[in-house]
Amino acid sequence: MYEKTLTQLVAALKSGEFSSRELTAHYLQRIEKADGKLNSFISVTAEQALKQAEIADNERVAGNARPLAGIPLALKDIFCTLGVKTSCGSKMLDNFIAPYNATVVEKLNAAGTISLGKTNMDEFAMGSSTENSYYGPVKNPWDLTAVPGGSSGGSAAAVAAGLVPAAMGTDTGGSIRQPAAFCGITGLKPTYGRVSRFGIIAYASSLDQAGPMARSAEDCAHLLGVIAGYDGRDSTSVARGVPDYVEGLNAPLSGLKIGLPKEYFGDGLDPEVEKAVREAVKVYQSLGATVREVSLPHTHYAIPAYYVIAPAEASSNLSRYDGVRFGHRCDNPSDLIDLYTRSRAEGFGEEVKRRILIGTHTLSEGFFDAYYTKAQQVRRLIRQDFLDAFEDVDVLMGPASPTPAFDLGAKKDPVSMYLQDIYTIAVNLAGIPGISVPAGFVGSRPVGLQILGTHFAEAQLLNVAHQFQQATDWHLQRPAFAEEYA
Amino acid sequence: MQWETVIGLEVHVQLATRSKIFSGASTAFGAEPNTQACAVDLGLPGVLPVLNEQAVAMAVQFGLAVHADIAEVSVFDRKNYFYPDLPKGYQTSQMYHPIVGPGDVEITLEDGSTKRIRIHHAHLEEDAGKSLHEDFHGMTGIDLNRAGTPLLEIVSEPDMRNAKEAAAYLKAIHSIVTYLGISDGNMAEGSMRCDVNVSVRPQGQEAFGTRAEIKNVNSFRFVERAIAFEVERQIELIEDGGSVVQETRLFDPDRDETRSMRTKEEANDYRYFPCPDLLPVVLDQAYLDHLREQLPELPADKRERFQNELGLSAYDANVISASRDMAEFFEAVHSECGDAKQAANWVQGELSGALNRESLSIANSPISARQLGELISRVLDDTINGKAAKEVFQALWNGQGESADEVIDAKGLKQVTDTGAIEAMIDQVIADSPAQVAQYRDSEPEKRGKMIGYFVGQVMKASRGTANPQQVNGLLKEKLDALL
Repeated sequence: MYEKTLTQLVAALKSGEFSSRELTAHYLQRIEKADGKLNSFISVTAEQALKQAEIADNERVAGNARPLAGIPLALKDIFCTLGVKTSCGSKMLDNFIAPYNATVVEKLNAAGTISLGKTNMDEFAMGSSTENSYYGPVKNPWDLTAVPGGSSGGSAAAVAAGLVPAAMGTDTGGSIRQPAAFCGITGLKPTYGRVSRFGIIAYASSLDQAGPMARSAEDCAHLLGVIAGYDGRDSTSVARGVPDYVEGLNAPLSGLKIGLPKEYFGDGLDPEVEKAVREAVKVYQSLGATVREVSLPHTHYAIPAYYVIAPAEASSNLSRYDGVRFGHRCDNPSDLIDLYTRSRAEGFGEEVKRRILIGTHTLSEGFFDAYYTKAQQVRRLIRQDFLDAFEDVDVLMGPASPTPAFDLGAKKDPVSMYLQDIYTIAVNLAGIPGISVPAGFVGSRPVGLQILGTHFAEAQLLNVAHQFQQATDWHLQRPAFAEEYA
Repeated sequence: MQWETVIGLEVHVQLATRSKIFSGASTAFGAEPNTQACAVDLGLPGVLPVLNEQAVAMAVQFGLAVHADIAEVSVFDRKNYFYPDLPKGYQTSQMYHPIVGPGDVEITLEDGSTKRIRIHHAHLEEDAGKSLHEDFHGMTGIDLNRAGTPLLEIVSEPDMRNAKEAAAYLKAIHSIVTYLGISDGNMAEGSMRCDVNVSVRPQGQEAFGTRAEIKNVNSFRFVERAIAFEVERQIELIEDGGSVVQETRLFDPDRDETRSMRTKEEANDYRYFPCPDLLPVVLDQAYLDHLREQLPELPADKRERFQNELGLSAYDANVISASRDMAEFFEAVHSECGDAKQAANWVQGELSGALNRESLSIANSPISARQLGELISRVLDDTINGKAAKEVFQALWNGQGESADEVIDAKGLKQVTDTGAIEAMIDQVIADSPAQVAQYRDSEPEKRGKMIGYFVGQVMKASRGTANPQQVNGLLKEKLDALL
């Protein structure tokens, strides 16, 4: 069963090939057997999942099954789930049982999907390798000595290993697309405002966006249709109709204008990654697309701008973890200041502390204009770069990451880790959607092709990605690890 | 040296919205601790704020009432600091682009003169919770019911020059917000609180002195007392060769003094930045016009109309227009009886006295405006005299009768104006008082006027208070003088 895509599973459940209970039990068993090696889950909610599966099966018998009834999924542990530990990968929230569901979770429940559990992640979504988790690092199923990428590394690894057909991630600077690339799966970051952020633990509010991670663009289309849409509880969600993303998947690509940003093919790009990406572009040419080089001149300002804006917002968003109402509280505080300092010193990991310090500094009096205001100006220029490019081309293509997955423990210096996100980060600053699709390998490690579109062009991105997956089979390849637990 | 005081006020007004500024929880006062705080108010992980449109409308109405520029685009910022009753670790406020721009308010001083106080701006923000230090030995309790209650912070220019002006300004703001119905203005429950900025400078000097900010003064009286103490403290300090330091101080009403809370060096760096969870508030002209149409007549306009059209004195017009309830009561009384001066006298005299004695607000007056108006009409048409009117008022207040007429009938208070009947009573009194008549006759003519009072009293007594006093007076004089 695990070898099927979500789209195939929907059909199999519908035809009665197997029940949701069988399917759910199958994945739970795989998690139990395999996840000791991967560490992709923080919590597994087996009992609840099997109960939900039974409900879905009953619906099916009664003839009133919802569209995705009985499909098992996993949720990055950043989505608040009623009655379930929601840790955000942090000791700070190790004891936090969410008393409500995130909008994304509500919508997935309403569509009939089943959550198998909560996946591992970099603490508070800060990281590019899932090594920053309080619950230990996640391993890449393609090579257990490699990282799965981050921060949605648990979701990516679980899907790649066939422990779950699809998972939800969040992407603030590349946290869906880069782990999708490293793990050889398809991951979509929607337009900022397309998916409600309500109930998603905030890292950087103006950049965070949730999206699906699955085996194929078609799978992502099914899931995006469920989770997208305006939410009255999130003022930054956009009141705009949700198209039928599946319906548009088969539109022909003849005449598609592809732009290759020259800044995405420069220094620091692994030549083998470049080769895989250029091969993929050739596939598109064979499908009738035209290709031209474009420029996004402010690209090299994206990482510095991001590392001002994201930590600034994070320093404020993470102030609520003070040991007063929920989360970690130090033992026997002597006074208020002691309560604050020790609870936070003990509850947060190194990278989180680093970003809180950076953000606190950039917002402080005398530095605010030089950092924050300037970064916002740069952000507007970066956004304009993309809008200008989309005047001439339909989509942009390039690598999702400059290298394939790196070894666990390889990036000890935070800045070298930050540079991992060079091709993904500007997309969040501009608020546009992006998708990463498998496009080959460097050795045993997958390469991701990143496709970018203008605001609310998800349907087009999914169509472009799906057509590639009709012409190639990179996305169908499975790591040997997955087969071991067949 | 002559010193001049310079005062500016920051007034925090709790807006009377049903739910909080960024959540659906109720804003009602006095509930059990933490029963009116939802996930958003608690700052749980993942929650997001959604702006309450009613709070925006109220802020705009205030702006329109003080002739202010309303910002086409206003922006919420985060003010970051740690405190146990601040659940998110930041307060959502408006630092750089407030919703209400420069405006002004006219205040009326005790001598009836007026002065214009400029408003620098007013902005929307959320209230914090409350820290409860009593009841928890060695610990602090946190009640987040108040967290997220909408506040409008109204910041004046430093235009006030003494404590009386500051109190008059605070009263003017109080009367505007209660007229608009955007706040209950209840200072005891904290619906209106104020921070006072005070400095002194030598008379004639243009530059401001260093100011101290006195936090959380919560009554009109305390504002005056806090300023009086602070001015004296600052002058003494400077005259003794010291200098005022910029600091935040607290007013202690029990000791009648202000105490240092923190100095500028200890001040927080609030690290303001635009709140990324909220969109800028964009208001168009049609929306402003719509709200403008709904504005009630405001205190300043009422005051002017009472003075110019109804002929009230500046003092009466000011007192009556200060509260919307009183002004509307007065207007209802006036429309019933048709005499503004009498209506004003009764509302401010008998009625206000009775309300004060029983600590009732005019909205809860046991005697209605209609009843009072009718009562005044009966005085004006000579049905009853002034003495009887007070008796009727008391009876209506006590609920002994539905209307003035009913009480007058029931108690037989109708004034006797029949000359024959009055003459008969006078004749009887003269006949019964030979000694007093003799005394009257023997007196110097200029002293007789005083002596007539005795006879008037006797006649009124004989009529059980119902005789028309003017008639009694006139007829008595005639009859006594005839005996000379």
